[in-house]
Amino acid sequence: MNDLTPTPEDRTAKLKGLGTSRKRVEDARFTQGKGNYVDDIKMPGMLHGDFVRSPYAHARVKSVNADAAKALPGVIAVLTAADLAPLNLHWMPTLAGDKQMVLADGKVLFQGQEVAFVVASDRYVCADAIELVEVEYEELPVVTDPFKALEPGAPVLREDLAGQTSGAHGARRHHNHIFLWETGDEAATNQAIAAAEVVAEEMVYYHRVHPCPLETCGCVASMDKVNGKLTVFGTFQAPHVVRTVASLLSGIEEHNIRVVSPDIGGGFGNKVGVYPGYVCSIVASIVTGKPVKWIEDRMDNLMATAFARDYWMKGRISATKDGRITGLHCHVTADHGAFDACADPTKFPAGFFHICTGSYDIPVAYVGVDGVYTNKAPGGVAYRCSFRVTEAAYFIERMIEVLAIELGMDAAELRSKNFIRKDQFPYNSALGWEYDSGDYHTAWDKALAAVDYAGLRREQAERVAAFKRGETRKLLGIGLTHFTEIVGAGPVKNCDILGMGMFDSCEIRIHPTGSAIARLGTISQGQGHATTFAQILATEIGLPADSITIEEGDTDTAPYGLGTYGSRSTPVAGAATAMAGRKIRAKAQMIAAWLLEVHDGDVEWDIDRFVVKGAPERFKTMKDIAYAAYHNAIPGIEPGLEAVSYYDPPNMTYPFGAYVCVMEIDVDTGTHEVRQFYALDDCGTRINPMIIEGQVHGGLTEALAIAMGQEIAYDEIGNCKNSTLMDFFLPTAVETPHYTTDHTETPSPHHPIGAKGVGESPNVGGVPAFSNAVHDAFRAFGLRQAHMPHDHWRIWKIANQLGLHG
Amino acid sequence: MIAAAFEYHRPADLKGALGVLAEYGDDARVLAGGHSLIPMMKLRMASIDHLVDLQDIAELKGISVAGGRVTIGAMTTQHEMITNADLSRAAPIIAEAAVQIADPQVRYMGTVGGNVANGDPGNDMPGLMQCLDATFTLAGPDGTREVAARDFYHSAYVTARDDGEILTQISFATPNGGYAYEKQKRKIGDYATAACAVQVTKTGGKVTAAAIAMTNLADTPVFSDAAGAALVGTAGDAAAVKAAVTAALAAINPTGDNRGPAEFKRHIAGIIIGRAITRALSRA
Repeated sequence: MNDLTPTPEDRTAKLKGLGTSRKRVEDARFTQGKGNYVDDIKMPGMLHGDFVRSPYAHARVKSVNADAAKALPGVIAVLTAADLAPLNLHWMPTLAGDKQMVLADGKVLFQGQEVAFVVASDRYVCADAIELVEVEYEELPVVTDPFKALEPGAPVLREDLAGQTSGAHGARRHHNHIFLWETGDEAATNQAIAAAEVVAEEMVYYHRVHPCPLETCGCVASMDKVNGKLTVFGTFQAPHVVRTVASLLSGIEEHNIRVVSPDIGGGFGNKVGVYPGYVCSIVASIVTGKPVKWIEDRMDNLMATAFARDYWMKGRISATKDGRITGLHCHVTADHGAFDACADPTKFPAGFFHICTGSYDIPVAYVGVDGVYTNKAPGGVAYRCSFRVTEAAYFIERMIEVLAIELGMDAAELRSKNFIRKDQFPYNSALGWEYDSGDYHTAWDKALAAVDYAGLRREQAERVAAFKRGETRKLLGIGLTHFTEIVGAGPVKNCDILGMGMFDSCEIRIHPTGSAIARLGTISQGQGHATTFAQILATEIGLPADSITIEEGDTDTAPYGLGTYGSRSTPVAGAATAMAGRKIRAKAQMIAAWLLEVHDGDVEWDIDRFVVKGAPERFKTMKDIAYAAYHNAIPGIEPGLEAVSYYDPPNMTYPFGAYVCVMEIDVDTGTHEVRQFYALDDCGTRINPMIIEGQVHGGLTEALAIAMGQEIAYDEIGNCKNSTLMDFFLPTAVETPHYTTDHTETPSPHHPIGAKGVGESPNVGGVPAFSNAVHDAFRAFGLRQAHMPHDHWRIWKIANQLGLHG
Repeated sequence: MIAAAFEYHRPADLKGALGVLAEYGDDARVLAGGHSLIPMMKLRMASIDHLVDLQDIAELKGISVAGGRVTIGAMTTQHEMITNADLSRAAPIIAEAAVQIADPQVRYMGTVGGNVANGDPGNDMPGLMQCLDATFTLAGPDGTREVAARDFYHSAYVTARDDGEILTQISFATPNGGYAYEKQKRKIGDYATAACAVQVTKTGGKVTAAAIAMTNLADTPVFSDAAGAALVGTAGDAAAVKAAVTAALAAINPTGDNRGPAEFKRHIAGIIIGRAITRALSRA
């Protein structure tokens, strides 16, 4: 060795491995408009499909007359339920164990429902033909309120379920009832609450919103009748699941189906489900023998593909006089729309909502969730959160605030008093989860110190006094949140989708010259997998991240996996990547030992090489080893250097965070300004701090949108009121505040590299932080609960109802 | 979201454009920036057989400030108005209002003529032009005529312009004194929940003239003579502002929509009008 020999620090830096803010390798193409999205795909002879959609929320379809449409030059076919029925494809199974109409079968149940599928030579002819399809409707009474849907005389929505007193998740007690799902000990909870010194009770509504990815949903289906192979390019967050479902539905053997997710322009849960557009495109391609493209427009996307939330959460929380929480009871009325198309692990029809004890050591709790049909679009997906976790976090973080009011206590102090202590991990919650690790007090104290919490409260008190003296018309809100996420679904023993266990996978192939390709069962939609998974591998196998290609999304090449949603990619596929990397390293160790003419046990790993113990000048780098693996005939060792790992996680991971939002509110106009937003995230081991920061910025901005304006609302006859971006709030740079990010690092004890996942934390924690800031501004004037979204009108209404407009 | 087929005309001069309108009558519409018409066509709420694009007509463009009068060609974009130094000196309220229209991309395309001629109560320029007491020039098959902005709007999308006419230019006397355009909206790209344009002059501590007009608070822009009159002769004190707001509110008729119900809008209008008057007075 000499002065030119790289130091260990140099060698580590060259890898750009764990902990490096490596620039996103994807961005070179995205920032130059060179991405390849579904709508960029053009195939020879490709046809286009589009839907005739229902203008009514509930109506009988008396007839569909497509004669005029079919007569239009360029129109190839118009599919209706009658055409799909012989194939048994007029209905399809949902991920939640229900079934959904592919095309209206006798009636429509929500505005925007698919009625007929027009296939034409180009997109323009499609649009003209849709106008020519004559559908005769007979309007039926509409129910958009889940409470009214459960009344005895409510209209019967799902006539196909007549007489069925049980569904996929147990008994149905009413014709519009889907399931009642319960967990926890209700009797003990009621007892604890009845015996408590203080009880707070509140109805917390988390309104219906929509993930609204920039790229809408779509696909190109291509049936090659010569070789019998079906290829489907689509906006799929779970391409392997789509392949299996397509095989089960169509009867085409799975090896003859290739599903490809190309670049995806955001998913946020919207692209997990299976939609009628996919089924119709595939059928149309099989019928015509030509590729068929279907792409939603923005209105289709907002009105018809999966919404999120719509949870009415009735809570009771009890405590001692000095603020020790003694029990939590929650009943949810869950509006699932016309079909139960939630995307949850099969055994969890309310997702992981029972994480709703949050960050707190609550001795006894109960959750009951009633799923209800209404004349609204189906969905109920996890919009940038793990399954129903943001609903849970919003619920508990509102209940804590309401309890603080009831106790007359500071809400930060109340949280601190009830946090699960560091020494209690692994912690078994009253609702059955085993929290893997956490250090809530440290994070909380750091957050409060960073924002000078005591100073903020003093300023707020002065502001209230000045307001009462008539010197200002602005109030100051301090929104607190300490959230606990549950991500990384999940252990196959209790997590599956339609029977498919929720493991994930990674397959690595090292090339002879010391570069590599790794393929995973996940699919990036903007998360930067090609960047971060290469970093995990770089640290595990000692090859530079820049020499590692990450490939996802093609079921012909990628190993089977359950896809990307619920912050599961790093916890599950990231773990598979590390484990596969370790298999590579294990074989590399044998090769290195042979090359160095020592026993396997006499070499040890050192950043990017194996060295002979006690003789660091004798080593073989991974690059040397890769070459030898292919080109030296090593006795007893197969040529090549490849590995595959299918990882079934032993537990979920539990990221957490402490957020503080400081908001100025104009009492007269209902407008707000976020003066400060501090976000501390603990996602365990940090793979790429820059990408984490970007994820937090994005998630917080979606949280801002949800809390402050975004909604999918319906009028009394079921018209969707927010079907364009004029009325559906998608923040621009102007509406987006500055965020300050921070972190603590509490690794997951069961994950190979200790990482927990972060993409969804800021949405889970952000929504209650923004909403609590609004509530907190009015706490001094008696506000307990006001439903989101906190748009100008609703904030104005709070002030008005509190008598602040004089 | 794809428009039905249409014939596209792109005349090089005003005469040619008027000729197309004369030939096709009701079936033809002129296209300026397209930010109202094109979405309507894509939604198939407007069916236009003949679209007459005005962008090649040089005589419809340009801004002139001369002889105490400002003249703006109908095809002048909002971006051009915002960046025109002469206009900003002569009538700074124009840029103040125009930067509150939608977003930069829209303002590069959107024109003042399209904004005032369409009759959309959500548009910002009609109220502003009423405040400035602007005159619109309409060219038709029989020549041109002039209509005051304050007389132009009959109801939503219904104006004094005949189908065969094209709004060619807007002119107004160079305003004096203080000004303000105040607007509350939900987000960038939104129409106003309430907006108000104010021009006010003061001499010797007394208000000598005041013009107040409002946007999106009725099915047309609302010019309130009474609101201006309530300020004239006063010192512009709080009581006078309050009286002007009260007078202005008597003239509006907001309707509920996704921004909120009518009572909310009425309250916001009061706040916004008050702020606009106060800011204008502070600049007078």
